[in-house]
Amino acid sequence: METVKNAVGREIPKEYADQYGVFEGQYARKNEYRRAAGKVVPTLPGETKLVSSLREAIEKSGLKDGMTISFHHHFREGDYVLNMVMEEIAKMGIKNLKLAASSIANVHEPLIEHIKSGVITEITSSGLRDKVGSAISHGLMEKPVVIRSHGGRARAIESGEIHIDVAFLGASSADPYGNANGSQGNATCGSLGYAKVDAEYADKVVIITDHLVDYPNTPISISQTLVDYVVVVDAIGNPDGIAKGATRFTSDPKELLIAENACKVITASPYFKDGISFQSGSGGSTLAVTRFLAEKMRESGITAGYLLGGITSNMVELLEEGLAKKILDTQTFDRGAAASIARNENHYEISASFYANPGNKGAAVNQLDVVMLSALEVDTDFNVNVMTGSDGVIRGASGGHSDTAAGAKLSLILCPLLRGRIPTIVEQVNTVITPGEGIDVVVTEVGIAVNPRRKDLQEALKNAGVNLFTMEELKNKAYALAGTPDPIEYGDKVVALIEYRDGSLIDVVRQVKR
Amino acid sequence: MERLRRTMMFLPASNPGMLKDAIIYGADSIMFDLEDAISLAEKDTSRFLVFQAVKTFDFSSTETVVRINSLDAGGIDDVHAMVRAGIDVIRLPKTTCAQDVLDTEEVILEAEKACGREPGSTRMMAAIEDPRGVLDAVAIAHSSKRLIGIALGSEDYVTAMKTKRYADRNSEEIFFARSMIVHAARAAGIAALDTIFADVNDMETLRKETEFVRQLGFDGKSVIHPRQIAVVNSVYTPSQKEIDNALNVFRAIEEANAKGSGVIALNGKMIDKPFVERAERVLALAKAAGVYTGPEGQEG
Amino acid sequence: MPLYQIQKPAIAGTLESSDIQIMIDKNDGEGIDINLTSSVEHQYGRQIRETICKTLSNMGIDNAKLTAVDKGALDCTIIARTIAAVHRSCGITEHYDWEAIDSWNV
Repeated sequence: METVKNAVGREIPKEYADQYGVFEGQYARKNEYRRAAGKVVPTLPGETKLVSSLREAIEKSGLKDGMTISFHHHFREGDYVLNMVMEEIAKMGIKNLKLAASSIANVHEPLIEHIKSGVITEITSSGLRDKVGSAISHGLMEKPVVIRSHGGRARAIESGEIHIDVAFLGASSADPYGNANGSQGNATCGSLGYAKVDAEYADKVVIITDHLVDYPNTPISISQTLVDYVVVVDAIGNPDGIAKGATRFTSDPKELLIAENACKVITASPYFKDGISFQSGSGGSTLAVTRFLAEKMRESGITAGYLLGGITSNMVELLEEGLAKKILDTQTFDRGAAASIARNENHYEISASFYANPGNKGAAVNQLDVVMLSALEVDTDFNVNVMTGSDGVIRGASGGHSDTAAGAKLSLILCPLLRGRIPTIVEQVNTVITPGEGIDVVVTEVGIAVNPRRKDLQEALKNAGVNLFTMEELKNKAYALAGTPDPIEYGDKVVALIEYRDGSLIDVVRQVKR
Repeated sequence: MERLRRTMMFLPASNPGMLKDAIIYGADSIMFDLEDAISLAEKDTSRFLVFQAVKTFDFSSTETVVRINSLDAGGIDDVHAMVRAGIDVIRLPKTTCAQDVLDTEEVILEAEKACGREPGSTRMMAAIEDPRGVLDAVAIAHSSKRLIGIALGSEDYVTAMKTKRYADRNSEEIFFARSMIVHAARAAGIAALDTIFADVNDMETLRKETEFVRQLGFDGKSVIHPRQIAVVNSVYTPSQKEIDNALNVFRAIEEANAKGSGVIALNGKMIDKPFVERAERVLALAKAAGVYTGPEGQEG
Repeated sequence: MPLYQIQKPAIAGTLESSDIQIMIDKNDGEGIDINLTSSVEHQYGRQIRETICKTLSNMGIDNAKLTAVDKGALDCTIIARTIAAVHRSCGITEHYDWEAIDSWNV
C-alpha cells in the first residue's frame, strides 16, 4: 500500500492522504474559508414546532437514506436519546446514514447492530468506547471512522466538511418553541456546548426533552431561531449516568503523588501568577491538581483569571471562593457544576467552537495558560495516545486533548509510569492524537520530563529544585520493570482516520490482527 | 552522619502491586511485613514474593527492612530467605529481652555464611511491644552490634498494659514506653523509631504526634499509608530559620579558625560540641528533605 | 528422584491487580501445559508463558498442568507465584532450599 509519511512519522495511506492532507505541524494550516450555513425554513405565526412523537419528528425532518445525522454527548453514559432515535430510524427502514455524534459512549452499544444492518455506514466522532470501539477495531465497518477532536469537529462543521442534515439534540429542558438548556429539568447536564454548534449549522434541528416548560425557557442555550421541531419523551436519560452529585477527589496515593508533582511544575513555571488560566480533566490526578494548586494560590495570594473546559464542582468551589474570576464551560461533569451554570453569571456556557475550534477567529484554548491532560500512552517524542489501548483496540476519545495542548502555553501530561504491567511511557505510541510538539511536560510518579523544545521550562524547574528526567530515561524505567512489550499486530485495513484539529491526518488506526 | 530514618513505611508482603510501588513515596525505609499483616495461610507465598521483589527491584538508597515471624513460627525461613535476597535490616517482632536478639542473630549469621554474605552485614532492628521489653529496653538496645535501632510497637503494648491508645489525649499511656525507648536507643547510640499512627485520614493528629516524638528525640516514625510519609517527613524537615542557624554555626567556626581563635562564639553564645552536632543534624535533615543543597558540615 | 515432585493440585496468588494466580497439577508424561488468561495477553502473553516455563524447568519439572489467571503481574511476581505453587503441590512447608531458589534466575 502506497503511503505518505506525516510530520510525526506516521504512514498515511495515499488515498486518505490525498483526500485530507497529512499533518505537517500544529500551526501549519491557516486556511481561509466561507462558513457553511444550514438551510432555514421559516416558522410562520400560528405554526407549531411541537410534534407528537419521535417518528413524526423524523418524518417531518425529511430524513432520507444517505443523510448525516448528529447527536451530542452531554448525557454521557446516561444518554437515552441516541439509542432511542436510532431505533426509530431503523424501524422506518432508513439506511446508509452518516452518524456525526460529538462522542459515543459505552451505552451506545446498540450502534453495532445498526452498523451491521446498514442503517449506519459512516461515523465521525471524538471517541468510541468499549464495545463499539472494539467492534470497529475488529473491522465492523466498511469505511473508516473519522476521529475528530472537539475543536476539529466544530471546525469541520463550520467549514462544511461535515454537513449535518438533521441534528437530534437532547435537552434537559425546552419550551414548545425550541428554547433549550441543560441546567434545568429532571436530568441536568449543565452546558450544551457541543450541541450549540450542531444547532447552528444543521439543516434541521430536533430538540428532544422530557421537561417541557412554558415559553420562554431561559437561560437560552439553544435558541428558538435555530430549532425546527420539539419532541417530548418520557426520559432523555438516566440522571445518575449523566452527572454524578459531585466529582470526588481521588484517594489513590499514586495519583495524588502525580498530582503533587504536577503542582510543583506549575508553581515553578512562569505562568503561576495572578490571572493564571487553566484547564484540568475530571479524572484521577488531573482533578487532584486543582486542589493542590488552590492551596498554593491561597498561600501566594493568586487569583485565576478563568477556568476552562470540562467543569466539575471542585472548580465551581474555586469560583465561589473567589480564587477564580470566571469559568468558561463547554461540558459540565457533575450536578454541582450544573447547578452553578444555572445561577452564577460568572460561570459561562460556551460552544465547542468558542472553546477549541482552530478554524474560527479565535478559540478560548488560545488564551489558556496551563492545561493538565491524561494519556493512555506517551512516547519518547512526547506524542500522546488517548485513543487506542495498549492492545491496539479503540477505546478512548480525542476530546479536547490536541486542542488544549496546541493552545495552552504549558501543557502537562499526568500519567503513571505503568498501569499494571503496561508501560504508559513507550518507545512509540500506538496512535498519535496529540503531537509531541504540543506537549511541554510529562509528569509521572517516578519523575518529570520536559520537552527539549522548552529550554526555558527546563531551566525554571531546575532552579526550583525539581529533578528532571528524559523521556528515554522514563521509558527505560518502565521497560526495566515490565519488560519490553511485544508489538501489536495490525492488518492493512484502516478502521479509523485520526484527524488533527486542523483537518489533516495525524494518524490512522488499522484493524487488529487476532 | 548516620542514615536518616524519618519514616519507615509498613507494607504487607502479600501484595505485589504495593511491593512494586513501595519506593515511589519517599519513605526513608520500607518495611515488608511477613508477620502480623500476613495470614498463616499466606506466609509461604508472601516470603517468596518479597524474596523476588528484593532481588529484582532497585530500591536505590531506600533502606529495606523485613519484619520476620518469630523463630518458632517460620522466622528461620524468613531470615534465610531475606538475608540471601539482600535485605538491609531484619526487624524482630515482639522483642522481650536481649536473648531474643541474640537468638535471631545466630540464625542471621548462619544464613550469611550459607549464602556467602559478609557476616555482620545484615543489620537488625528490635521492635519492643510489651512491658517486659520496655523495661528491658536498655539491655535490648545494647545486645548486638547489628542493631541499628529499636522501635516501639504500641498496639500490643497498650493491650498488655490493660489500656488502649488515646491519641486524642496526648498518648500519655505510652509516654513511659516512648521515654524508655528513646533513652535506651540514645544510650546505645542507635536509632529510636516511634510507633504507627492508625487513622490514615487524620493528618492533623498525625502531625501533632510526630511533632511530639521529634521533641522527645525520636529519629522518626513508622507509617502505614503513603500519604502519611509527607506529613512525617515535613515535621522532620528543618525550617529555614533552623537551617540558617546551623549555617551560622559553621560560619562562626570557619571565621574562628581563620583568625586562629580558640574560642568560637555566635550571637554571644559559645559554640561547643553539642551545637555542632545539632547543626550537622539539621543540615542532614534539610538535605534529605530537599530544602538545602550545600555541605552538611565543616568544609575540608 | 528430583527435588520437586508435583503431587497434588495447588494454587498460589490472587486475582488482584498486578498479581497472577497459578493453579498447578500433575500432567503425567504430558509435558508442560499452560492455560493462561491474561489482561495483557497481546503485549506480554508470550513472555509470561516463557517465565513460567523457565521457572518450572529450573525446578526440574518436566510435566505439569497449569492454569494461570494474570492481572498484569511483573516477572518477579510470576516467578514467586510459580515457585510457591510448586512447593505447595510438593507438600514442602518449611526448610526451603533458598540456595536453589536463589539460583533460578529467569
